[in-house]
Amino acid sequence: MIYGLGLAKGMGVTLKTLLGPSFTVQYPDRRVGIMGAAKAAGISTPGLIFKRPVKALRAVLGFERIAVMPTQAARFRGNEFTWYEDRCTGCASCAKYCPLGIIKIVTAPGGINMQEGESYAIETFDIDTGRCMFCALCVEACPYDALHMGSEFERGNYVRMDLVLTKEDLIAAPKRPSTWFRPQMEESAYSPFAETLEDMKQAGRHETPSVEQLTKRWVEDRRTDESVED
Amino acid sequence: MPLKTEPITINVGPQHPSTHGVFRMRVTFDGEEVIDVEPIFGYLHRGSEKLAESRTYTQIVTLTDRMDYVASMTNNMSFILSVEKLAGIVPPPRGVWLRMIAAELQRIASHLVATGFFLQDLGALGTPLILMMRERETILELFERLCGARITNSYMRPGGVFMDAPDDFWPALNRFLSDMPHRIDEYEDLISGNEIVAARCDGVAVVDSQTLIDASVTGPMLRASGIDWDLRHRQPYEYYNRVKFNRPLATTSDNYARYIVRIHEMRESLGIIKQCLEQIEPGPVRPETVPALIRPPAGDSYVGTECPKGELGFYLVSDGGVAPYRCKVRAPSLINLTLLREMLIGDKLADLFVTFGSIDINMGEVDR
Ligand code: SF4
Ligand code: SF4
Repeated sequence: MIYGLGLAKGMGVTLKTLLGPSFTVQYPDRRVGIMGAAKAAGISTPGLIFKRPVKALRAVLGFERIAVMPTQAARFRGNEFTWYEDRCTGCASCAKYCPLGIIKIVTAPGGINMQEGESYAIETFDIDTGRCMFCALCVEACPYDALHMGSEFERGNYVRMDLVLTKEDLIAAPKRPSTWFRPQMEESAYSPFAETLEDMKQAGRHETPSVEQLTKRWVEDRRTDESVED
Repeated sequence: MPLKTEPITINVGPQHPSTHGVFRMRVTFDGEEVIDVEPIFGYLHRGSEKLAESRTYTQIVTLTDRMDYVASMTNNMSFILSVEKLAGIVPPPRGVWLRMIAAELQRIASHLVATGFFLQDLGALGTPLILMMRERETILELFERLCGARITNSYMRPGGVFMDAPDDFWPALNRFLSDMPHRIDEYEDLISGNEIVAARCDGVAVVDSQTLIDASVTGPMLRASGIDWDLRHRQPYEYYNRVKFNRPLATTSDNYARYIVRIHEMRESLGIIKQCLEQIEPGPVRPETVPALIRPPAGDSYVGTECPKGELGFYLVSDGGVAPYRCKVRAPSLINLTLLREMLIGDKLADLFVTFGSIDINMGEVDR
């Protein structure tokens, strides 16, 4: 054995890796050259030079940065749950299934629900994401596909209380459910990073009748029954 | 003229970057030589075993993720096998194959971390570790496609896995399988023939096989001393009796042997995944009949599984309720660590952390 051969071989691997493509992804933004800056601005490179020379100069000097969104898988169990109020019956299966017991649900009689007709109105629906471990067992437990994992991950906060997602937060949040445990979304090739799913009927794996049909089936029919009994 | 030295006791850890977590050693040196080591652990104790007593069997899966957080999939698998034995659940074939694929990927990822940090401790700052983290990243991305999480997977459920793999998982897995052998060749080029690694590792921290057996050490550490003990082969669980694989052995039982066994095991794992892919067939991944709240009959069960670090088993006692009456974990990290003193006495100060790294422990599992 020639002494030093192993070292030389190792150095070869290092050199090869050094010259090869970079594996590291810059986040949250990365530096772009003049061509990258033109592409980000949506104009051709000469166009950038003539129309926006300052930007072009900055790009050449390496000061121009563009935001990077790392790619995630569609099943990514993200922060920020997606919750459809109209699908939720207030059954609290999610709260019971949660290993940490951090979902708080308060309900009152009243309200009309997508799946079951008359149901409980949700008064409080708090998820303390500060203690959540994103195991998604609550999503697995939800029988009405009302609760989904979200796909956000930038939710840094200065105050712990701000990490509690209230009903209002959940309603206002963009509806980008993750496809975790939702085969119907995977079948429809939905991607949480490209589109939102505002329509609560698309989110479920169950039948999707129209609101009129549901109202008729669950509310009006029963009203008639009751009036007959009266 | 020999220098006169006197013993000095140094406290290493618990917050020491080289102790792979919060581990503390009280080491007595004489000059540069280690004359006594007292391992002290318990700094990361979270009471997982006790917590398990108040959770349902499905909820405990999330706890197992956090024991050995470098190898969550194999932890899931070990626990699930024990529950299935206890409750008499028979998983469908596709679920089993998926679990095996996930577990073997996890074995590669865990061995990458083990070797990477071992070399880091050796003084190879950066290069090997970063290269290995790169490949581990690919595996973690595969896991993210599979179950939406990279480390705390919670992928497996009693009776199979929670959901079938998505369509984009298979091409990505095939890409990884065709790429990884070249990467392992690269590591071998970089490390295995390296004279410095050889000079630092050959013949350091040798333990004879009888001591290892007496201390019930398992895993790569035992196989590095030439003992052919692999539970996947000796007591096949899942479908490991339907795949063929070699058990890499080394005879010298020193730090280098422990390293090289892990490198070869990665190749074997790739082979196992390829065979799983040949045999996997479409079908359900979880039987319809398993209830959400499992109530196993009163009794107990233990299934030993070959985890990246050694034999991991969950001993579960059920009293017929929704939560186990008792859950005891046989953690390989803790048991392999008990030999630390024997391995280190007589070694040099510089080899202290190298040897420690070669055991490949995870404090999350040692303290639970
Ligand atoms: S993701 Fe897990 S910890 Fe978080 S609210 Fe759901 S069940 Fe609870
Ligand atoms: S989110 Fe789902 S499980 Fe939770 S209360 Fe609403 S319907 Fe029930």
